[in-house]
Amino acid sequence: MTAKDIKHPLRGIRNPLLPAVLALFAFSVNAQDDETLTKQVELEQAPAPGPEGYHQPPSLDDIPEGPFGDSVRSGWQAFVNTRQHPEAKRFVGNKQNCGNCHLASGLAANSAPMWGAWGIYPKYRGKNDHVNTMDERIRGCFTYSMNAGGSEAGGPPEPDSQVLKDMQAFFFWSAKGAPIGENLPGRGYAAVPKPENEISVSRGEEVYQDQCAVCHGNDGSGKFADDGRQIFPPLWGAGAYNWGAGMHRINTAAAFIKYNMPLGKASPVEKEAALTDQQAWDVAAFINSHERPQDPRWEGSKASTDEKWHTHQCLYNETVRGHTLGDGAG
Amino acid sequence: MRGRYRFTCGLFGFSFLILLMPTISAANEAGKKLALQGGEGVQPCSSCHGAQGGGNAAAGWPRLAGLNADYMVQQLNALANGTRSNPLMAPIASSLSEQQRKDVAEYFANLTPPTTPPGGDVDQKILKRGKVLAQRGDWQQGIPACTSCHGLKGQGVGAAFPSIAGQPAMYLQNQIKAWQSGSRQNDPNGLMASVAKRLSDEDSQAVTAWFASLPAEPSKSDQ
Repeated sequence: MTAKDIKHPLRGIRNPLLPAVLALFAFSVNAQDDETLTKQVELEQAPAPGPEGYHQPPSLDDIPEGPFGDSVRSGWQAFVNTRQHPEAKRFVGNKQNCGNCHLASGLAANSAPMWGAWGIYPKYRGKNDHVNTMDERIRGCFTYSMNAGGSEAGGPPEPDSQVLKDMQAFFFWSAKGAPIGENLPGRGYAAVPKPENEISVSRGEEVYQDQCAVCHGNDGSGKFADDGRQIFPPLWGAGAYNWGAGMHRINTAAAFIKYNMPLGKASPVEKEAALTDQQAWDVAAFINSHERPQDPRWEGSKASTDEKWHTHQCLYNETVRGHTLGDGAG
Repeated sequence: MRGRYRFTCGLFGFSFLILLMPTISAANEAGKKLALQGGEGVQPCSSCHGAQGGGNAAAGWPRLAGLNADYMVQQLNALANGTRSNPLMAPIASSLSEQQRKDVAEYFANLTPPTTPPGGDVDQKILKRGKVLAQRGDWQQGIPACTSCHGLKGQGVGAAFPSIAGQPAMYLQNQIKAWQSGSRQNDPNGLMASVAKRLSDEDSQAVTAWFASLPAEPSKSDQ
């Protein structure tokens, strides 16, 4: 079985009124059998917490005074108000803040907390096939999730630049007391098992209208205050994460959504969900069946970009509602 | 040329305003009359909500001035149909026609909210806890920051998330209790009920005291 085989059932859907039913996710793939897939292998799941619970980061009220504390505070602000931070904002080419996908200032278990990431870098990543430092990893977030190519600076921050130092100071501070080199409980998002039924974009649209549209808007463009500050992030279109961001993968989006959304109904730290597994996968597929800024690793055509970079669970170069996705938005 | 252009534009704008004026003032007049003088079997709104719509902190009656008009129409509808249960407001809301609800909502939406916060005699420690809850939430309890939906200053976001800054603490606390008990069920998607049920009495007191200590911010657009 090749990686492409799992995508083929999507092709050839003719009726635009009958959105894709994604049979492809209904069976599992042994990643070790296929070289391409091994390159794209999903992150190992974090273990369940023991009786002592999750890592407890220090309180944001207890950031120390002095130059180190100033750096931590700057990194925290770059994380939660990325679009307003005097340095970080130059590298934001969409309308996202880091804290949109890492809730609670990046401190909540099961919401990809920064204390969970800190101790596992430097790390080999299949995404770029080499060992990445945390500095490089954050630059990757800017490139994809923050679409830095469309920003004022035209790309991510320079290696070892002040904003990256500050963000790392914040992560380091939040990981105080956590062991190094361990896959900590609560790291990343908790994976959601593939549901019994096929994944359905059209059912996902119903979930979206019922549960998500009140905040993210019917057109997925989010909501903003009169002063331009983002209140609810765009989920597709020019303001959203691009086609290279982790969140465009349906499994990743489903895992985020399951224990984090809707805000105030799900509870990541308590690992409480408001949606069923089926709803989480369906709505993740619906959200990711829309155009967003182009994959910065563009290979000259949708087909070749798809072949080289999208051999995972996503809808890039797939036809949904009569449109072959991957044109980009900007 | 530039002066002439500006003059023409000004003239256009002025004529446009003149054209619009009758509709705006008609709605406002009807709304104003209901608000200040009441209607058939309806007492004036101002008798409880204040002549300027500033609310009544001691009685726990909400500020209406500067709230989103669509939000207020939704509340009047909910008070009439019982999804927001309130024995005082139910008969009043029920006796208002659809048009009257719009008129009175528009009237209050256009009033400038009071600049002085309703406040209250609250310990600084409690206020500090309230500020943390409002701006950061308590994720151990599954409580997100209030400001993540109600806006950074609690100014409200569109018709779904009302302005809560500058509302009387007692009013806000009563609403949290109403979400908890189920006597208020008109929130979009059950979002506020879910958050309210996670709030302890102490946290409810702290966070409502914090928002009552802030000046009201008018809720304008939703984009």
